[in-house]
Amino acid sequence: MNPLWLLFILPLLSAAVIHFALKQKFASIAAILGTVSTGVTLVLAILWLNGSFTVPANFDWINVGDFNPEIGMLGDKLAKGMMIVVCGIGFLVHVFSLGYMKTDESKARYFGNLSLFMFSMTGIVLASNFVMMFIFWELVGLSSYLLIGHWYQKASAAEAAKKAFLSNRIGDFGFLIGILMVSIMAGSFAFGEMNGAEFISFGPWLAGAAVLLVFCGAIGKSAQLPLHIWLPDAMEGPTPVSALIHAATMVAAGVYMMARFFFSIGGEELAILKDIPMVQVIAWIGAITSLVAALMATQQNDIKKILAYSTLSQLGYMVMAVGLLAPDAGMFHLYTHAWFKALLFLGSGAVIYACHHEQDIWKMGGLLKKMPITAITFIIGTLALTAVPFTSGFYSKEGILHAAHDKPGLFWIAVFVAMLTTFYMFRLIFVAFLGDPKHKHAEDAKEVSPIMWAPLALLAIMALASPFLVQLIPARESFTPDTAFHFNDVTYASIGAFLVGIALAFLLYKGKESDPLANNKVMRVFANKFYIDEFYAGIVKWFQDILAAIVHFLDEFLINGMLVGGFTRLAQGTGNIFRKYAQSGNLQHYAFLSGAGILIVIYLTVFAG
Amino acid sequence: MPTASLTEYLFFSGLLFAIGLSGVIIRRNIIVIFMCLELMLAAASLTLVAFTRANTGDTNLPDYDGQMLVFFIITVAAAEVAVGLAIIVALYRARKTTSTDDLTALKN
Repeated sequence: MNPLWLLFILPLLSAAVIHFALKQKFASIAAILGTVSTGVTLVLAILWLNGSFTVPANFDWINVGDFNPEIGMLGDKLAKGMMIVVCGIGFLVHVFSLGYMKTDESKARYFGNLSLFMFSMTGIVLASNFVMMFIFWELVGLSSYLLIGHWYQKASAAEAAKKAFLSNRIGDFGFLIGILMVSIMAGSFAFGEMNGAEFISFGPWLAGAAVLLVFCGAIGKSAQLPLHIWLPDAMEGPTPVSALIHAATMVAAGVYMMARFFFSIGGEELAILKDIPMVQVIAWIGAITSLVAALMATQQNDIKKILAYSTLSQLGYMVMAVGLLAPDAGMFHLYTHAWFKALLFLGSGAVIYACHHEQDIWKMGGLLKKMPITAITFIIGTLALTAVPFTSGFYSKEGILHAAHDKPGLFWIAVFVAMLTTFYMFRLIFVAFLGDPKHKHAEDAKEVSPIMWAPLALLAIMALASPFLVQLIPARESFTPDTAFHFNDVTYASIGAFLVGIALAFLLYKGKESDPLANNKVMRVFANKFYIDEFYAGIVKWFQDILAAIVHFLDEFLINGMLVGGFTRLAQGTGNIFRKYAQSGNLQHYAFLSGAGILIVIYLTVFAG
Repeated sequence: MPTASLTEYLFFSGLLFAIGLSGVIIRRNIIVIFMCLELMLAAASLTLVAFTRANTGDTNLPDYDGQMLVFFIITVAAAEVAVGLAIIVALYRARKTTSTDDLTALKN
């Protein structure tokens, strides 16, 4: 057997063994098993990158007429690089979890579900066709649901898990239609066999509709507007899960899928997609998502919520790059973002752990002195996220800004978002890590154990070094990141945005005890996430009420009243009449009636016939 | 002696049947009703006999099938009277009445 199948088998086996055999009784073994299996897959992925293995032949899975999806894997640079990201961050998150979840009551279930997630994510990354990808797409949805709802005893966690699952379902519905349209129009499910010329021959409108329907899947999974609502709530899950699934890998799967799809269908230099004007919709959805999410992030007080909105905003960037037909730039940003955002989330996890599960930044403060390693790695992550020159985020954001350069609207949105990003991240730093402790929990905070800060340190290295490890970048072979420093207007805009952002954050939040903007009317809109959740709740309620009224009317009046009820009332009414006037109980009355009946029958048979 | 024709027999049996039926319908005493029922049976038997006599065919002999049936009717009627009177006696013992006006348990 080809050793690459172990990439699938190991995590699945680990999940099965943990869930069915070990259970909570052997929780420590379960934790180690999950971590080791992920470690081995990481080693395999690295060996694969070095060219040790060849991709195995595909399995036939179903053969029904023209419908014959296969089980197979792709071995291009996109898949290999993404495997490194998934397994690498997955491994570090597992190690971090050993510390973070040490005393959790259902540790075994946690590690079992993490293994299930690793299996599903591997499937998405390596899938050789859309059908297989869709299966694993749903599986990551499931494992995400299970992990968000890990502490299901808490009502908010159970609700958040449900919300994530349902929001994803909406996107997946469009995705499935899109897959079917693409497979018919391009002649194949398989990524390697799609015919872009045939695809575009259906005309730009139909082709655009198919692309946008496929993009629906990314809207759901990568939490773009208007289905972004689930991601901030997903922070109810354990923090390492937020780092792995809801920041670095799963939410980026939408971007990965779009890049994979564009490379398959686009032909040389994506020329075919240039003929589909509707692709621009993708760029605008990404840009608006990144803007709206960044605005919301400026007024959040929960450390994880800030990072969640920041993730939304960065995903918006990546989607915008994809929509601008620069999937390589989007994937490059995905790659750098995965490292530094996982770092930030794990850092926040360490902070939360040290502050006795306090998540409100206004109850922290002074953490730089209390837990220096966590704080310094967190600041490195922040610098990367805010695109300080010579960090990874700087180069990848530069790439996206370059792609948007000849579209002034998108370009200035992106620059404005970069400014907001710096603003809210340094707000977080000034409030939570600098200044004085604002709460007893923050005063008691101590540096976390090495098993938790070691992953932080490794991720911090990656946050700085990732752009230079060209081999790892999940993109086309032809793509090389631009790691030189240029003096042009893109760089000026990027650095200008950073300076304005940090200056605003310094002026407003340095040494403050409470948020000076909290009572501002506009800021309240941001804090309440533009009331989108309330708006959806209203729509659902309104729509549901009307639908329920119609259904109620049909059921109560038409079916119950007229059809079923009508017949019973007819029979009952006739019966009542006969009972009252015919059923006297008098024997002779009956005899007379039956005699009369016989006479009528005789008359009818003898004379009327 | 002039014999009666088939029509006269049938008319007579029809009359008997009508008298029996009207008795069943009109009279209130259950024993009288029972007697009227017997009258209706007799009317039916008379019809059968009349038809056998009229239906002679090639041999100029009556068709005895009908008369056989009449014997059966008379035997069954005898048995039926025994059962019927027993029911009436049991009914009288239970209800102390033979008037159908008082026997309306089947109402509604």
